Amino acid sequence: MLLGLGMSLLFAATGLVGGMSTVFTTVWSFVSRAPYFNAPRFLSSRAWRLVYAAGLVLGAAAWMVSMGAPEHTGVPLWQLAAGGFIAGFGARMSNGCTAGHGICGMASLQAPSIASVAIFLATAMVTARLVKACL
Amino acid sequence: MNPRALAFVLAAGALFGFGLALSTMVRPEVVLDFLLWRDLGLLLVLGGAVAVTFFAYRFVPRLFARPWTGGEFQKHPSEMSLRTLGGAALFGVGWGISGVCPGPAIAGLGTANWPLAVALAGLVLGAYVQGRFFGGRP
Repeated sequence: MLLGLGMSLLFAATGLVGGMSTVFTTVWSFVSRAPYFNAPRFLSSRAWRLVYAAGLVLGAAAWMVSMGAPEHTGVPLWQLAAGGFIAGFGARMSNGCTAGHGICGMASLQAPSIASVAIFLATAMVTARLVKACL
Repeated sequence: MNPRALAFVLAAGALFGFGLALSTMVRPEVVLDFLLWRDLGLLLVLGGAVAVTFFAYRFVPRLFARPWTGGEFQKHPSEMSLRTLGGAALFGVGWGISGVCPGPAIAGLGTANWPLAVALAGLVLGAYVQGRFFGGRP
């Protein structure tokens, strides 16, 4: 519910739709001259997306200080690195992730997002099972 | 974007980050357990988030002519294409390997879960390779 409230506040206050993965593309516009990263839609949104990401870190830190404790994942680093790379590539190719398609896209009843969520849930479940079986 | 709008962006991000931590989405182990059908609690998290956001997207533009800090109400842009759906399939594969998706990779740093920085680096690199070599003409 809090996730929805965050999205709702962002929308009511600024009209923005808060997917998360685009920030991974827009940060490259600060250092790369490649035309793709410097497209107007990325240049115009790169500032708020960074601020939004900073908000995420602050909010999670507030949770840790107020009611949680530092976390430490035991998932092997190679899984984090390989999974991160593939997910980063896929989310940007698809123009959305669990937040952009999963929350924003589904909440606005966009057919491509609903189809995307069904697909990535399915491939993620199959992959998680395969990885589990192979280890 | 004006400073007032950015302050709202920061606050909205903080709510989102707090929610990710509170709902245990920031723990890759919990996400992997969800994907293995051992603990389906995250369905409630996604359902709650979608429900609240659904009402906001539907009713906020009726209550207010414009966003509080100006500008226009926007939409999530997506098209039904092989790119969108194929990307989603790949995204799922990555998510299923690591148990980390973009929001939690960023928010996880706020819970001092440093190994997640490796996942974050992977996400940022993956986005680079996608944009640099497969982005096409914007």
